[in-house]
Amino acid sequence: MMQAQEHPLEKYLRVDRLPHVWCPGCGIGTVLGSYVRAIDRLGLDLDKMAMVSGIGCAGRAAGYVNMDSFHTTHGRAIPFAVGLKLAKPELIVTVFSGDGDLFAIGGNHFIHAARRNCDLKVICVNNFNYGMTGGQLGPTTPLGAKTTTSPYGNLELPLNLPYFAASCGSSYVARWTSLHARNMIECFEEILEKKGFCFVEILSPCPTVYGRRNEMPEGLDMMKLFKERCEIRNFEDTSRVGLNQEKIIIGKFVDEEEKETFEDRVYSLMEEVKWGGSR
Amino acid sequence: MNPGMHFLSGNIACAEGAIAVGCRFFAGYPITPSTEIAEHMAYRLPQVKGIYVQMEDELASMAAIIGASWGGMKAMTATSGPGFSLMQENIGLAVMTETPCVVVNVQRGAPSTGLPTLVGQGDVMQARWGSHGSYEIIALCPNSPQECFDLTVRAFNLSEKYRVPVILLMDECVGHMYERVFIPEEVEIVNRKKPLEDKRDYLPFLPKEDLVPEMALAGEGFRIHVTGLTHDERGYPATNPEAHEKLVRRLCEKIRVNKKKIVDYEGVLLDDSDVLIVAYGAPSRTSMRALREARKRGIRVGLFRLKTIWPFPEEELRKASSNVEHIVVPEINYGQLVLEVERVCKGGEVHLIPKMGGRVHSPREILEYLINLNR
Repeated sequence: MMQAQEHPLEKYLRVDRLPHVWCPGCGIGTVLGSYVRAIDRLGLDLDKMAMVSGIGCAGRAAGYVNMDSFHTTHGRAIPFAVGLKLAKPELIVTVFSGDGDLFAIGGNHFIHAARRNCDLKVICVNNFNYGMTGGQLGPTTPLGAKTTTSPYGNLELPLNLPYFAASCGSSYVARWTSLHARNMIECFEEILEKKGFCFVEILSPCPTVYGRRNEMPEGLDMMKLFKERCEIRNFEDTSRVGLNQEKIIIGKFVDEEEKETFEDRVYSLMEEVKWGGSR
Repeated sequence: MNPGMHFLSGNIACAEGAIAVGCRFFAGYPITPSTEIAEHMAYRLPQVKGIYVQMEDELASMAAIIGASWGGMKAMTATSGPGFSLMQENIGLAVMTETPCVVVNVQRGAPSTGLPTLVGQGDVMQARWGSHGSYEIIALCPNSPQECFDLTVRAFNLSEKYRVPVILLMDECVGHMYERVFIPEEVEIVNRKKPLEDKRDYLPFLPKEDLVPEMALAGEGFRIHVTGLTHDERGYPATNPEAHEKLVRRLCEKIRVNKKKIVDYEGVLLDDSDVLIVAYGAPSRTSMRALREARKRGIRVGLFRLKTIWPFPEEELRKASSNVEHIVVPEINYGQLVLEVERVCKGGEVHLIPKMGGRVHSPREILEYLINLNR
């Protein structure tokens, strides 16, 4: 009998929790796979990393990575991570969640963590809808798209996430799709090594509850769409990367020089302030 | 602050109690009448190598202290009614994930925005049942600045011991009351139990004899998974009725079986009383005056003052009230804790002296009630 070989990425995952909950054709697994490949390439110590997720399909990612992981309440992954990172600044803290979690119910927290330049790596899997609850419209659902709560077509305008993230003060902003696995790995390597608030949006198919209502019933359908319509424009003005145009603009849009983080300021204050006195 | 006697408000005493017991992380959002706690923590925490962070709202404040607690810091937040409502979501997360933390609620007049600057006691039931689901929680209720210090220390210790969020249910009157506060050289400090096992065998939610699991922190190499979903002893989601029954029962039982150790009250002249006042927070102060005046008039009044509201001191109150004719409950609300008193006291007749927020009962009001009862 052939001895079963360990997959080279097994040590990064809680294999005892497999199979995962994600549907066939879903892109979240590819995103998580790229994330652990980035860790592997960098040779990071998993004991010095933590992942925080909110609620939703992407929010389940924290349950599969073999590091300290926290599956918190809906929308609150970022403030939880703010507290964790402040208390344990030596950890690399990744927030891995979905578009609804991070930008609808949790939108306010995103603004303020980016504004403070908290040293967090925020990865948003954007599948254009609320998948876990069966496919309702969310803050990224395209105008006119059909979901269970927009049966006649979505009446709302979607948020341009990179533009939003850049205007809040993010140190790093990029957008890739689950088709662009290589670029994604390189991107994750960059953010895992970069200090400051980093934001990456990954467009990802959700054939089961979004695609099938919008003429993309197979996972491959949206991947084909990514292949046909994506155009890499690094450092493009984020105000021009909205998804309301024929081209899907992807790439690294913002990569600022390292600047002081919130954690830096908090810890240097402690050094400066003396018992009983002011600075 | 240096050990010794100080003249402090309840809010400042609460902040100093937190620092004395080792709180090194405060996340909050300004709200009257609790703001002095945040202000004092912002000033004091950096002096003791602690962290103050002002969050964007109370949802975030509560989430941040849970995150900081898993990072190994003793963490707290302070708020009032509207903020306490927002915190309920993550108070539930702290209960489910057994995260030690302290939530101070300096109660004001309510519902809604209510009376921001004036006293209320309307959050008694919210402290008990505010988050969804079946759970047990600990809530302490000081009636003086000294007790704000002492009970904040105790709140942290109980929270660390039982791995449960502990609520310090203050009120505006006590929070803004200035009195002498003695800060001792040392306070009792209880720390959460740490796992000793081999990291590979460690089960983060396997309870010990006291039903409380040992707590590994982030970054210690245990590779814990923590979720608000129903989970097994490994911490993995287990969304089935058996796992749910096992977990939720333990979350309740760890408080229930230890109730005798948690419950604390002050009894005044309980032995010979015909009338018993049951009070907490600001009304317990006016009740004391009413009690003394009533005694001068020959009315045998006793006072059962709750220092822990939740868990409710059922047995202790039942015993104290077994031979009285009347039980009087002055509350700054339209009847909350009185429901518990009615449930527990089988003998005497229970009377509520309600007070809508904004004002404390005057001693005369309570005294007149006592006199009328004895006519």
